[in-house]
Amino acid sequence: MLVHSRKAKWAVWLVFAVLFLPLFALPLLVVLGASFATNWSGVLPSGFTVSHYTAATRGEALQALTTSLVTALTASLLALTVGTWAALAAAGLKKRQRRLLDALFVLPVAVPSVVVGLAILVAFSKPPVLLNGTRWIVILAHAVLVTAFAHQSVSAAIVRLDPAYEQAAASLGARPVYVLWRIRLPLLLPSLTAAAGLCFALSMGELSATMMLYPPDWTTLPVLIYSATDRGALFAGSALAVVLMTATLLVLLIVSRVRTRASYR
Amino acid sequence: MTDGIRFDSVTVAYDGNVVLDSLDLTVAPGEVMALLGPSGSGKTTALRAVAGFVRPASGRVFLGGRDVTDLPPYLRGVGMVVQQYALFPHLRVEDNVAFGLKARKVARGEIRTRVAEALEMVGMAEYGRRYPRELSGGQQQRVAIARALAIRPGVLLLDEPLSALDAQLRSGMLAELSRLHRELPEVSILYVTHDQVEALTLADRIAVMDRARLQECGTPRELYRAPKSEFTASFVGSANLLPVTVGERGVFFGERRVEVRGVVPGAATLCVRPHLVGLGAGPNQLAGVVREIQWRGATHRLYVDVDGHRVVADVPELKKPPVYGDAVMLHFAPEDAVLLSVGVGDE
Repeated sequence: MLVHSRKAKWAVWLVFAVLFLPLFALPLLVVLGASFATNWSGVLPSGFTVSHYTAATRGEALQALTTSLVTALTASLLALTVGTWAALAAAGLKKRQRRLLDALFVLPVAVPSVVVGLAILVAFSKPPVLLNGTRWIVILAHAVLVTAFAHQSVSAAIVRLDPAYEQAAASLGARPVYVLWRIRLPLLLPSLTAAAGLCFALSMGELSATMMLYPPDWTTLPVLIYSATDRGALFAGSALAVVLMTATLLVLLIVSRVRTRASYR
Repeated sequence: MTDGIRFDSVTVAYDGNVVLDSLDLTVAPGEVMALLGPSGSGKTTALRAVAGFVRPASGRVFLGGRDVTDLPPYLRGVGMVVQQYALFPHLRVEDNVAFGLKARKVARGEIRTRVAEALEMVGMAEYGRRYPRELSGGQQQRVAIARALAIRPGVLLLDEPLSALDAQLRSGMLAELSRLHRELPEVSILYVTHDQVEALTLADRIAVMDRARLQECGTPRELYRAPKSEFTASFVGSANLLPVTVGERGVFFGERRVEVRGVVPGAATLCVRPHLVGLGAGPNQLAGVVREIQWRGATHRLYVDVDGHRVVADVPELKKPPVYGDAVMLHFAPEDAVLLSVGVGDE
C-alpha cells in the first residue's frame, strides 16, 4: 500500500466508493434489479418476479445463449491461433516489418466495428467466397475484431520471454519446432489464456458488426437483448443481460483457473 | 577423443562494431580453458560463437576437427551453462535434465538411467521431482550442469557459471567443478569468467581477453609469474607496475639501477607482485614514505610512496607496524621482477 496512516486509508476507500461504485457497479445493480421487476416507477423497482428468467433460459433465449457461446469460443480460438502465429512470426522479423505487421493487426480495432462489419458483408456476399447468410460470416467478423487483442498481448509476452530458455533448449539439441512446442508455448501459456479470456469477453458482447451480418438462424444474445429493449421489453432484456453477464463471467473464471495453474513463477 | 575447440581467426561484429577481433585459440581435448577478461572484452561472444548463437563475420569455428561455423546450435552437441541457469521453469528437475535426451529421441529406458546418473553426479539425486523455483541458487546451478552433461557433450561451455552465487557457495562450486572435470577427463571446457580466482583455480590454461582481442594465453603459472603485458599483469593477480628505462647500462627506475631477471630491450614497465616485495634492506632497495597501512589478519598491506610512485607491499603480519608518514625501505629479489614488453597492453 502506498498510503500508510489509517485515516488516509479510509479516505482513499471513500474516494473509491464515491467515484467508482456509481460508475461501475451501480448500473449493473440496476440491471440486476430490473431483471426481477414487473415495473419500475419509484426509486426502487417493484413487483418481484422470476418470469423473465424463466423466459431467458429457454426457447429462443437459450438458443441465442448457445449461439453466443459457440461464436465467442470459435472466434477466440481462431483469433488466438492466428494472433499467436503472427506474433511468433513477427518476432523473427526486422523492426520495420514488425511494425507494419502490428499496424495491420491493430487496424480492425482502430476502424469502427460497424465499418468492419460492412466491409466483411460486402466482401463475402459474392462468390468466390460466399459467406453471407451463414453463421461463418458472424464468427469471421468476431475473429477479425478480436485478433488484434490476442496478437498484442502475445507479442508483448514474447518480447518479455528470456531468449536464454530457447538457447538452452537449442544447445541441448532441440530443433526450433520442438523448442516452440516444449518451451516457448508452455512459457507463453499464461498470456495465451489471458488473451483467450479477453477475446472471449469481447466477442460475447459484440453487437454493432453482428447486427449487420447475422443470419436469422444465428442470433447472438446481445442482438436478442437489443431487440427486446428496442420493442420496450426492458425487464425481459435485463434478465437476458444478466444471463449474458453470468455466462461470460463463468467462462472467464474457468479460464483464470487454468491460468493460475499455468503460471510458474 | 577427437573433441576440442579451435577458433580460426574468428571475427564477430554487430552492426559494424567489432566485438571479437580475429581470435585464434585452440582448446585441446580434455583441457580446461578459461577466457578471462573484463566485461566487453569479447569473451562471452567467443563462447557464443562456439555454441552457435552468433555468426562470425569471418573465420571458422571447429569442434573436434569438424567445421561447425555454418551448423545451427541444435546440431553442435555442446553442453552449455549460463549465468542465470535458464532452467525451464515449467518442468521438473528430472524433465529439465531429460530435455536434451528427449529432443534427441533417446530410448525411454536409457533416458531414465542417464538422468539419474547425471543428477547423481552433481549430488542432486533426491531433487528430481522438484521444480526449479523450489531450489536454491546453488542447487539450480547443479541441475543446469547435470542438464548440460546428460547429453554427454565433448565440449562444455560455462558462461560465468558462478557469478550469481555468493562467495561461500562459489568456492564450494569451484571444488565441485574440478571434481566433475576429474570424473570426465575427456570433456573440453571453455570457461568464461571475469574472476581471476576462478580462472587460476580451475583452468589448465588462461586466455586473457581485452577490448575484443586475445591479449595473452598461457598456463596460470606462466601468466602470473611472467606476464608479457601490463593488462595481464594487473588482471591476473595484483601487481606493482613501475615505469623503467632499459638501456645499455642496465635497467633504471628513475635514478636507481635495478637488477632483474632477463632484460627485455625496449621494455618500459617493471612488474613486481606485492607479496614479493619485502620490508627492510635487501637487493633492489627502494626508499619511500608510508601512505597507508591495512591490517589483513595474516598480512599487513603497505602503500608506500617511492618518488611519487605507489608501491604496494604485502608483508607477514608485523609486531610493530610502521605508521603513516614513516620512512621505510622496501626491496625485491631480481628473480621476482618481470619486465613487460612495451605497448602490448595498449595496442
